[in-house]
Amino acid sequence: MLLLDIKNLTIELKTPDGLIRAVDRVNLSLREGETRGLVGESGSGKSLIAKAIVGVLNKRWLVNADRFNWCGQDLLRLPYDQQRKVIGRDIAMIYQEPSRSLDPTAAILEQLEEAIPDHLLEGPWWKRAYMRRRKVIGLLHKVGVRDHQAVLQSYPYQLSEGVCQKIMIAMAIAKAPKLLIADEPTTALESTTQAQLFRLLASFNQLKGTSVLLISHELESIARYTQSLSVLYCGQLVEAGETASIIKHPYHPYTHALIKSVPEFQPNLQPKTPLYALPGSIPVLQHLPIGCRLGPRCPNARKECVKTPTLERLQNHYYSCHFPLTGKKDV
Amino acid sequence: MNTLLEVKDLCKTYRKQSGWFSQRSVIALENISFTLAEGKTLAIVGETGSGKSTLAKLLVGIEKPDSGDILLAGQPVKISHYRQYNHVIRFIFQDAAKSLNPHQKIGQMLDDVLRFSTVLDPQQRKLKIRQTLKQLGLLDEHSEYYPHMFSGGQLQRVALARALILDPKLLILDEALTALDPSLRAQIVNLLLELQQKSGLAYLLITNHLRLVRHIADDLLVLHQGKALDYGNTAHVFAHAEHDYSRKLINSAIT
Repeated sequence: MLLLDIKNLTIELKTPDGLIRAVDRVNLSLREGETRGLVGESGSGKSLIAKAIVGVLNKRWLVNADRFNWCGQDLLRLPYDQQRKVIGRDIAMIYQEPSRSLDPTAAILEQLEEAIPDHLLEGPWWKRAYMRRRKVIGLLHKVGVRDHQAVLQSYPYQLSEGVCQKIMIAMAIAKAPKLLIADEPTTALESTTQAQLFRLLASFNQLKGTSVLLISHELESIARYTQSLSVLYCGQLVEAGETASIIKHPYHPYTHALIKSVPEFQPNLQPKTPLYALPGSIPVLQHLPIGCRLGPRCPNARKECVKTPTLERLQNHYYSCHFPLTGKKDV
Repeated sequence: MNTLLEVKDLCKTYRKQSGWFSQRSVIALENISFTLAEGKTLAIVGETGSGKSTLAKLLVGIEKPDSGDILLAGQPVKISHYRQYNHVIRFIFQDAAKSLNPHQKIGQMLDDVLRFSTVLDPQQRKLKIRQTLKQLGLLDEHSEYYPHMFSGGQLQRVALARALILDPKLLILDEALTALDPSLRAQIVNLLLELQQKSGLAYLLITNHLRLVRHIADDLLVLHQGKALDYGNTAHVFAHAEHDYSRKLINSAIT
């Protein structure tokens, strides 16, 4: 069953010069127990999509979608209270920069205790406090913090980034969510901790059947831990499908460039040889090109590219390009 | 190949007051030695607190080593000679956007560098700025721009321009490639490689990104808690790391 099913999600920003379309008709779906990666460069709107799912965007942003279903319920059309209730029950998010997202004025114990919902604690009321505490310690052990006594009494600034990240994860899994959104979970971490963290997320996915939406700009680390992948460029969905097939045969020139620019995916590349790179840089939101937003940088752009391509499908592999790199279809 | 930089038994400890009378010392670097030849790249990897950044600070003379020598082309380097050798070693910071002065136009900023460190007259300075911008793929007009008018990749180029305008021999990149987006990173990596081939620039790359290290570095030094664990040819270290820690680090990046 589809857990999350979003069709034509558009997120616009109100500015004095009119609306700026930061996310342009993006489709995203997640099955139960699936891990999906969301890859894109900075400014491609991947964090915006995550925030739209959790419903924490402020009033300046206009969120519209043809369909925004969560377990068959359209979240955007629910009354506000109910929407908060559903999201609060089922979706958890790990924010960027953990040490900044935690409350600097409260000890870790307080923050973690707050994150545990009442309905998960069984037993008479006079045992609640004790059970809550036991649960907190259990959560910390689950995310791989062994020395819980020292950590619980510390404040966020006293802990390293890696431990803060683990605490964020502990808070997120405290309510046993159906979907876990991890927004750039590894940017602040070192490579050994990174691997640890991905394994942790993978274990939750396998043991509890939690769906995971992994957001990152590093394609190489994401490719290893996800089943399916969505690639964004400047707020447009360029390609989506199974990770392995996308890495093997990208249809969109942007994905192709992204894969070729990573030395890891090019085993035959000699050290010190130039990497493949697209010319130019990412356009800023105020000056977006019309049509396909990759147009000005695309190596095989033609006249037709001033029209936004529609999302096409080839065996579970979606792409939006007028001239895909399929090898056979060339109009 | 000429040896450009030679570091011998470099040590650095920081003292911290931990009571009224007692002091605690933190060993930041302990007996670090390495050599770097012209036109080569040395990568220094390690986790936070391993002394990577301290090493960079010692090399550019922001801080003074406790003991040990830094030899630049065979000559020992002293802090008092800073003006003399800041032409040779240049430093690029992690975040280009934060390390540039937002109030200054790019042209002014580059002009300041030349004014403080060279004896060129205004006309020559202008010419030099123009040449450097062209070398890095920027336009003449860009010298009239303020930093906020550039995109991320261009800013990194501006930061490079500021470093390269004095024609250095060695460039220290402190996590300068980590924060960039993949497609921009590929562009900057290409630019760095091209500069190295053309002008024999040496790089000291301080980073966490081991996959990139494997691609662009000739030599690799693994630091852990101030000690050098493995040092040698990149391919060799990747294949036969001697210490458990470096093996763990390398495996975490590759498998």
